[in-house]
Amino acid sequence: MNNFTPWTALMGGLIIGISASLLLWLNGRIAGISGIANGAIWATTVDDRAWRILFVAGLVVGGFIYLALFPGAIQARSGYPLWLVGAAGLLVGFGTALGSGCTSGHGVCGLGRLSLRSLAATLTFLAAGIITVYVMRHVLAVNL
Amino acid sequence: MIAQRNIAALLTGTLFGVGLGVAQMIDPNKILNFLDIAGTWDASLMFVLGAALVTSIFAFKIILKQKAPHFADVFAVPTQKNIDRSLLFGATLFGVGWGVAGYCPGPGFAALALGSWEPIIFVLTMIVGFALHRLTTR
Repeated sequence: MNNFTPWTALMGGLIIGISASLLLWLNGRIAGISGIANGAIWATTVDDRAWRILFVAGLVVGGFIYLALFPGAIQARSGYPLWLVGAAGLLVGFGTALGSGCTSGHGVCGLGRLSLRSLAATLTFLAAGIITVYVMRHVLAVNL
Repeated sequence: MIAQRNIAALLTGTLFGVGLGVAQMIDPNKILNFLDIAGTWDASLMFVLGAALVTSIFAFKIILKQKAPHFADVFAVPTQKNIDRSLLFGATLFGVGWGVAGYCPGPGFAALALGSWEPIIFVLTMIVGFALHRLTTR
């Protein structure tokens, strides 16, 4: 086991769960980041675009607040091939659009609603992620 | 009601971003180690999902019994129930991308606060991915 941090993980998960619950309670919306961001691009009304952009902007602000509260707690990764990051971005963008969700939409909110469709999606992307890391690190021995 | 809705979106997004930071999900190596069950496995992310899920299952049950949300007319909850090829193929592509670099959409945005190139490139190419999907499915 490597760098296991159960307490901050539980605390972070609790905050994420509270945020998703507040968004549903206040705005009636599911906190699925890929859907919110994708919808911001193609929104047909100003109102629909506004809340989406604000939520995504909030994610960045939240990142800044965390780093201000815990300076140096997380360092930016360096040395990872940027073309791999770009290829990953394409796959994540296309895949979440086609599969109607990501870790937050299917994983937290969909499972939170006890949706079987989201359970199928979550198990699928977890399995795909595990196999990909296995191939990258242990078969191709890309150790970065 | 629109102003309240927008403020609520900004504040819940901010809280979500803080949560991603606290959970250390903006560190892509944390994610890759979680997925690396045959190597340097780090189970932390299971605790993140577990805590988020316990909260959402409990809260959603109560919230969805209300007639309507506070700042909108209706709950916009997905109605699709079918487990089809697009869902599974899309989730597979997403999972591969997640495993290649260690970013999913939320942490990709929150990690922009680190000011490095990786999240910028991830977010831009993710938007290109959204657009490619838009172009190929209509």
